[in-house]
Amino acid sequence: MNRREFIKKMAAASAMAAAASIFPGIVFAEEQEKGIPDGEINWKKSPCRFCGVGCGLKIGLQDGKAVAVKGDPDSSVNKGLCCVKGYHSVMALYARDRLTKPLIRKNGKLVETSMDEALDLVASKMKETISKHGKDAVSMYGSGQWTIPDGYVASKFMKGAIGTNNLEANARLCMASAVTGFLTSFGMDEPMGCYEDIDHADVFVLWGNNMAEMHPVLFSRLLDNRLNRSNVKIIDLATRTTRTSTASDRSILFKPQTDLAIANAICYEIINNGWVDQEFVSKHCSFKKGKTNIGYGLEEKFNFKDEATGIDMAEYKEFLKDYKPEDIEELTGVSAKDIKFLASLYGNPNTKVTSFWCMGMNQHTRGTWINNLVYNIHLLVGKISTPGNSPFSLTGQPSACGTVREVGTLTHKLPHGVVMNEKDRKMAAEIWKVPIENIQPKPTLHTVEMFRALDRGEVRFMWIQVTNPMVTMPKLNRYREGALKEDRFIVVSDVYPTPTTDIADVILPSAMWIEREGMYGNSERRTQHFDQLIDAPGEAMSDTWQIIEVARRMGYEKLFPWSYEEHIPKIWEEYSLFHKGEKHGMAPYEVLKSQPGAQWPFVNGKSTKWRFHAKYDPACKGESYDFYGKPDGKAWIWSRPYEPAPEEQDGEYPFLLNTGRVIEHWHTGSMTRRIPVLHQAVPKAYVELNPDDAKAMGIKNGNTVRLISRRGQIELPASVNERGKPVRGHVFVPFFDEGKLINELTLDAFCPISKQPDYKKCAIKVEKA
Amino acid sequence: MPIKSYLVFPHAGEKSKLTEKLSELKWCEVMPAENKELLVLVTDTTDEADEENCLKKINALTELEHYTLVSGFE
Repeated sequence: MNRREFIKKMAAASAMAAAASIFPGIVFAEEQEKGIPDGEINWKKSPCRFCGVGCGLKIGLQDGKAVAVKGDPDSSVNKGLCCVKGYHSVMALYARDRLTKPLIRKNGKLVETSMDEALDLVASKMKETISKHGKDAVSMYGSGQWTIPDGYVASKFMKGAIGTNNLEANARLCMASAVTGFLTSFGMDEPMGCYEDIDHADVFVLWGNNMAEMHPVLFSRLLDNRLNRSNVKIIDLATRTTRTSTASDRSILFKPQTDLAIANAICYEIINNGWVDQEFVSKHCSFKKGKTNIGYGLEEKFNFKDEATGIDMAEYKEFLKDYKPEDIEELTGVSAKDIKFLASLYGNPNTKVTSFWCMGMNQHTRGTWINNLVYNIHLLVGKISTPGNSPFSLTGQPSACGTVREVGTLTHKLPHGVVMNEKDRKMAAEIWKVPIENIQPKPTLHTVEMFRALDRGEVRFMWIQVTNPMVTMPKLNRYREGALKEDRFIVVSDVYPTPTTDIADVILPSAMWIEREGMYGNSERRTQHFDQLIDAPGEAMSDTWQIIEVARRMGYEKLFPWSYEEHIPKIWEEYSLFHKGEKHGMAPYEVLKSQPGAQWPFVNGKSTKWRFHAKYDPACKGESYDFYGKPDGKAWIWSRPYEPAPEEQDGEYPFLLNTGRVIEHWHTGSMTRRIPVLHQAVPKAYVELNPDDAKAMGIKNGNTVRLISRRGQIELPASVNERGKPVRGHVFVPFFDEGKLINELTLDAFCPISKQPDYKKCAIKVEKA
Repeated sequence: MPIKSYLVFPHAGEKSKLTEKLSELKWCEVMPAENKELLVLVTDTTDEADEENCLKKINALTELEHYTLVSGFE
């Protein structure tokens, strides 16, 4: 079989796998289904490079190149299936404009140099900045696409060696509210359940989560279950009609931000109808209230600290009286009947319910609160921590959980615990072999504030790895101008030129994904290892090794003593010390190498599928639930009110802008736009308009439309009655297109608890251009 | 050299006819499912013009309800 025949077989296999996801049990003639011959192809396992689902792939290698992809049938995540991005993922390695040589800016122009010279320059600039302006004038901004070793050495370098907490990652923009939601409700981060919940649940409620496009492989598992089990229902609760809405059994649209009121109204109904699991609540929950009118983080150096006050069930019931379904119909745009329907799904003692959410709830100026409120629903009815009963926050990046949340590459975090806690600092100092005084006890700058500090001049040096903030930061014009100011030094490590490399003083070419060894951690606490399968092009180097090289040049060689050949297993061994024990134990390196991932807590050679229930979780005391993240072993039900968004429609700006993704492109498109079939499918950004709004303004499909916010303006082609349909007065724009920077319009307001910005609602004008 | 695969959905009762017509097209290889109203189609064209021509011919088939791209290699 020649290469062309082989590719044709691969294309057919992909389509058959996709068909099987839509029609479980579908049969093709035997000769067509015969396995792809191995021939000269060598198949190796790896998690997918793209989203947080963490599909297992088999990468086909031939003549030193990655030439094919198929789903790994041994992976419990995707069971052999991939989405359109996964099937084409290896093509992202080979675009023509791959960065292969370091570049440094001389007299305003980027010129090629050697890796040694570039790394010398990065180290010397970092030292010079620290000596002139202090340790907190240098910063590092990483990513949920960092491998676990990348994030671990970044944390050790910044917090243990240099001694600054100026370490952040782009997961602040996507998952921070999920983290604070988990911490405030359960005292421990990350979902208690796993993807196997999908095979047990009877009802799926999707809270502002377009799973059909953003998590297509998981969504296909939902559809598969619905085909096989007649009682399965999918409810789409969203602010716009999407492909998920049309595939669901029920689509309920609500006004943005009012999910807070809807969740409270569901709780009101559950209590009012006597659907509370009294025994569960009395044994395993306590009630709290926090501060209200907490602001939006729009002021410079905004500071907020929540305080939990204990309340009782009677006070909580009193609080919910404002959320009688009939009383919030106008506010939410959802009928009392629909709210009662939702409550009945959760309240029915005979159904198992899994709630899914992602950016709709997390990119929200009350992101922590809405996470708390969905947990409240599950806690009131005792539907949690058992198969099929799961409040499940999905992630968007391949290692937002593994690297940013577990390694803790955020200003307040350490690989175990937080910088504010002396015991956690002591543990880090002992493992890192640094004086405890090196580790600063106060968090410094979260992401938005770090870019504000760069603009103000308090931060002078920033090293950005594996992320593209000059596309993704809200209120982008301010932060681009800030980064370009005199006496700022920006280092960018990446695989392709982007608007972020445009602002760089040094560009370091990175080894991508399977061009180096590493691990990712997905949404269901699964750590997945991948070997280096191919050589990196030119002088490209892994982000881990770039940091080690710079650290060594700055005099920290004793903290990073590993040889190149052994550095990944050695890093894993050291990092695992932070998580020893039954609550967060990590699988040994050899286990990760041998199988498609393992879920922490990994105890006695076994993954833990469901946490906080003694039947499944060896860390639990007693015979049933034990929410051991909180000192009293109880989960917290929070009284959190509805509060409006910082910008709402008004006479001058009568529309609301929502931003997000499309299935073909991943995040800022720096990889997927270089995969021809994906780029051709959706080559440019567009603005989705409601058909009635479009008609009223005389706008037809493809017409140029101007969007104007208080921060910027943009022109885009109109999309009417195509992929998605916003309600009247709303528009949607995907953010993958670096030629159409929609974040020049968005607002840098954030949740005061999680510090995660809200990309889902800001006020704009819409004009026919 | 685009090679692409699609899921192809025929109008009710038209699967055999659609399979036959697609098989006659120069660039197309068809794999009908045995137990569902669905075909897998792989197109193998030499350049973009060929591909466009091929899609035009596919779109003209009256037995075709709709089709969806699964994977593609340039």
